[in-house]
Amino acid sequence: MKAPTSLIVGGVISGVVLTAAACSLVWTPYDVKLLDVAQKLRPPSLAHWLGVDHFGRDILSMLMLGAQTSIAVALLAVGVGVAAGAPLGLWAAARRGGVADELIMRGNDLVFAFPSLVIAILITAVFGPGAINAIIAIGIFNIPVFARLSRGAALTLWRRDFILAARVAGKSSFRISWEHILPNILNLLIVQGTIQFSLGVLAEAALSYIGLGAQPPTASWGRMLADAQTLVSLAPHVALAPGLTIVLTVLGLNLLGDGLRDLLDPRLKAARG
Amino acid sequence: MLKNLLAAMAIACAGAAAFVSGAAQAKSDITVAIQLEPPNLDPTGAAAQAIDQVLYANVFEGLTRFRADGSIAPGLAESWEITDDGKVYVFKLRKGVTFHDGSSFDAADVKFSLDRARAADSKNAQKALFASIADVAVIDPLTVKLTLKAPNGRLLFNLAWGDAVMVAPESVKTLATKPIGTGAFKFVKWVKGDRIELERNAAYWGEKPALAKATFRFISDPTAAFAAMMAGDIDVFAGFPAPENLPLFKADARFQVLVGSTEGETILAMNHKRKPFDDVRVRKAISMAIDRKAIIDGAMFGVGAPIGTHFAPHHPDYVDLTAKSPYDPAAAKKLLAEAGYPKGFKTTLKLPPPSYARRGGEIIAAQLRAIGVEVEIANVEWAQWLEEVFRGKNYGLTIVSHTEPMDIGIYARDDYYFQYSSPKFKAVMAKLNLATDPAARSALLKQAQTILAEDYVNGFLFELAWPTVAKAGVKGLWLNQPTAALDLTGVSWAK
Amino acid sequence: MIRYLLGRLASLIISLIVASLVIFFVIEIIPGDPAAYMLGVGAQPDTLAALRAELGLDVSKPERYLRWVSGMLQGDFGISYTYRSPVSEMILERMWVSLPLALYALILSTLIAFPAGIYAASRRGKTGDFAVMGLSQLGVAIPNFWFAMLLVLAFAINLRLFASGGFPGWDKGFWVGMHALTLPAISLALPQAAILARIMRSALIDMLGEDFVRTARAKGLSRAQALRRHALRNALIPVLTIIGLQFSFLLAGAIVIEKVFYLPGLGRLIFQSISSRDLIVVESTVMLLVFVVIMVNFAVDIAYAAIDPRLRRRR
Repeated sequence: MKAPTSLIVGGVISGVVLTAAACSLVWTPYDVKLLDVAQKLRPPSLAHWLGVDHFGRDILSMLMLGAQTSIAVALLAVGVGVAAGAPLGLWAAARRGGVADELIMRGNDLVFAFPSLVIAILITAVFGPGAINAIIAIGIFNIPVFARLSRGAALTLWRRDFILAARVAGKSSFRISWEHILPNILNLLIVQGTIQFSLGVLAEAALSYIGLGAQPPTASWGRMLADAQTLVSLAPHVALAPGLTIVLTVLGLNLLGDGLRDLLDPRLKAARG
Repeated sequence: MLKNLLAAMAIACAGAAAFVSGAAQAKSDITVAIQLEPPNLDPTGAAAQAIDQVLYANVFEGLTRFRADGSIAPGLAESWEITDDGKVYVFKLRKGVTFHDGSSFDAADVKFSLDRARAADSKNAQKALFASIADVAVIDPLTVKLTLKAPNGRLLFNLAWGDAVMVAPESVKTLATKPIGTGAFKFVKWVKGDRIELERNAAYWGEKPALAKATFRFISDPTAAFAAMMAGDIDVFAGFPAPENLPLFKADARFQVLVGSTEGETILAMNHKRKPFDDVRVRKAISMAIDRKAIIDGAMFGVGAPIGTHFAPHHPDYVDLTAKSPYDPAAAKKLLAEAGYPKGFKTTLKLPPPSYARRGGEIIAAQLRAIGVEVEIANVEWAQWLEEVFRGKNYGLTIVSHTEPMDIGIYARDDYYFQYSSPKFKAVMAKLNLATDPAARSALLKQAQTILAEDYVNGFLFELAWPTVAKAGVKGLWLNQPTAALDLTGVSWAK
Repeated sequence: MIRYLLGRLASLIISLIVASLVIFFVIEIIPGDPAAYMLGVGAQPDTLAALRAELGLDVSKPERYLRWVSGMLQGDFGISYTYRSPVSEMILERMWVSLPLALYALILSTLIAFPAGIYAASRRGKTGDFAVMGLSQLGVAIPNFWFAMLLVLAFAINLRLFASGGFPGWDKGFWVGMHALTLPAISLALPQAAILARIMRSALIDMLGEDFVRTARAKGLSRAQALRRHALRNALIPVLTIIGLQFSFLLAGAIVIEKVFYLPGLGRLIFQSISSRDLIVVESTVMLLVFVVIMVNFAVDIAYAAIDPRLRRRR
């Protein structure tokens, strides 16, 4: 797949989802807080493009609001991962071979050893279900991803001449990490961030599908699917619309990630095509 | 290479498909599905309804038993005599009853079972059922005498519960995994997470059941339930979890749909010790903001009968008090303003897992929002609900179905989780406990229902329905759930 | 090597201890009382206390932790609160579903991913490559539970080719069991296959740039021949690593799929036990899963170090 194509297609899809989410902050076609049970499960029509759900709510409006939840949860989960993971990785690289490095890397392995979904369930069992806890549950598993990535990238940088020069100039390893290494691994972090973001959208959907994500009345794609499950044979549109939305969004984000990688990291371009 | 692989996979799939189109249904066995798997198989040691659904009347029997219509019939006790003061019951036991392990059932087993249930270290989930018993004495192998602390009009009813079934001292240690009872079916095996198998008890004292084999399966997921039923994997689904799919089954000649009732009064419980629910005007406003029809239609797809008080509508003494709290948001708003909340207030609504609560909760939240009450929904698991709501009383509103039969008495308990305290109601209940005359009892029950409705103690929503979906040829299933049970002794296949 | 080995062993033991502490204390702070859950709303305080004593819940947490750990060291995983049977027995029962399911899904995903990845690599930049990569993008993006829903709708409800779920048990025959696991395995395999195909492709393309493959091509082998004879074997190392990772994911990560198909697997055991507060089952099962992954990682590290001494200094 050529870089411009995937970047454009991915960018457009992601842009549409983002716009829909932003738009739903101030306006949705219908007010989903008002239930109209008498209208339940009406199929798509001119008035309701994607039909209405089992409470008579407009599905398009629900999807727009759900985009908010998905984006917020996935984005913050990536934020948690970067904010905690990148400094840990940089620290480990600065103390390469030392105790801190060993501890951080072993800690990483340990987190990876836990089954992520089980931990998510445990976290929600302890703190109760909700968007915040979904963010924590997904975010925890982003930390080692970013820590490992930053450490690996930083290690190669530490061997470079300009870092050597900075060390000779007497800069502390903290300052070197902050001023010289971090800017140089930013591209990598952005690319990985996009990938983790799309994984986060999927994870949020799975969590709310099993009832552990954002709670009603907050809209969520995964919960829409869970609600729709038994209604599939009565009214297929209630299950198809959220499912396809998730697929499309994740697809768009992945394409965007691929495109960004090709754009920002030309060295990889040769291999990935 | 890819081509060959695909071809090989296609053949494998086709082979597997041919394999499943299995043999025709033999007519002496049945596969019954229920939602939840029993945590263990000892009905005298845990509260889970699933235990009784599998075992009550099938594997275990008590001195008395529930009939399908909710009335009490003789069980292992053939007959009984009650002294005039109502304090001594003498039970005559059936002859020739044996446990599934071959040992015989006699008065000593009765004494053992009842003493075990009411002992100091008893783990019986309904220990209160036995609280009135002062002494159990063996007169002869077929005669038992129960002496009560005070007369108790409900004793025969209490002894019919699944928690009061007869067990033998030899097998009591292993009941949880290997239940040994006196019933018409014997326990065969339990594949945990999937099914429990029972078979006909050839040595049964009563009429032998028509079924030779029964398999219980556990499917909690509503979609899976629908799929399994439609795919023909299951003969009967009792307590079908997805009411939205009932019309599809009704329209399909392969199935029959029975919609019975349960003893489950579904209520929007309010915490009387938490402001503003201590104010009857607020409670009345909440009750009037609720549109029962929208809840029954939206959460239960029309299955369920509206109630206006805490009492089962199918009971002869039921009074229809729904008119005391009609759906009238404008009046509700006015009441809130009178009570000092013209702009409404904020509160929490804790919802346990069943869909009546989760779906009903979303609808109620929207209805309350219409009168200005902002409701924050918190979905909780049962264990959390028990801890935070039931025991901790840390909640504003909650939705739950009270499935114990004839449980209006919980409103006389000050420490019950909604913390209602009414001397007037308690006085009526005290009179009821002593009354023996049926007419007087009926009048008192009606009075009690009216007090609850007029105090707007809780939002009374609807009586939980009991939908059963079965293949067209199955006969003899219970329509209603007077107690948690799936009595298969009278079930058979039409020829 | 000995020093390296000792160092790794020490960190292995520390990892296990930390893991057990985290698991036990996280699970113990979950609100909700197992005894209250079992006895329901009709329970009296004295009954609750009696049951708690029987379950061993009246002992202090640190003491219970020590009992749990020392029990596990002797192979005793405890007795389930609700099922009243040994946890090890329950795990074993569930393993007979989870393990075959994971293997089945892994085989399916490998069978799809290998040919697809090889094909895409050999057609690099052409329509075939584009199509395979496009499909794999789609495969990664589909939530597996939604895919499972669609499979049930199509193959169980409409076509009636498969049961909608449940597991009859291996005693009914190997093919009956495999048949019941087919739809779940497909829904688990699809996203894994998509990932694997992409990795296969890029590993092969990396290899094609290596000198020995170039030499082979210079000797007159076609691109496809060079790929099959030389690049494939070397590309297997990263691919196998990923397969290993996927396997441990499949073992515990099938919770959602087990729920859709109501399979009595390990994931659902954990899920059910959490909601019924059967804490000992959750603790022991999660610990076992973590233990397996840590041990696999350890073995892989040692194996790599044995092959390549340079790695002993820093992985």
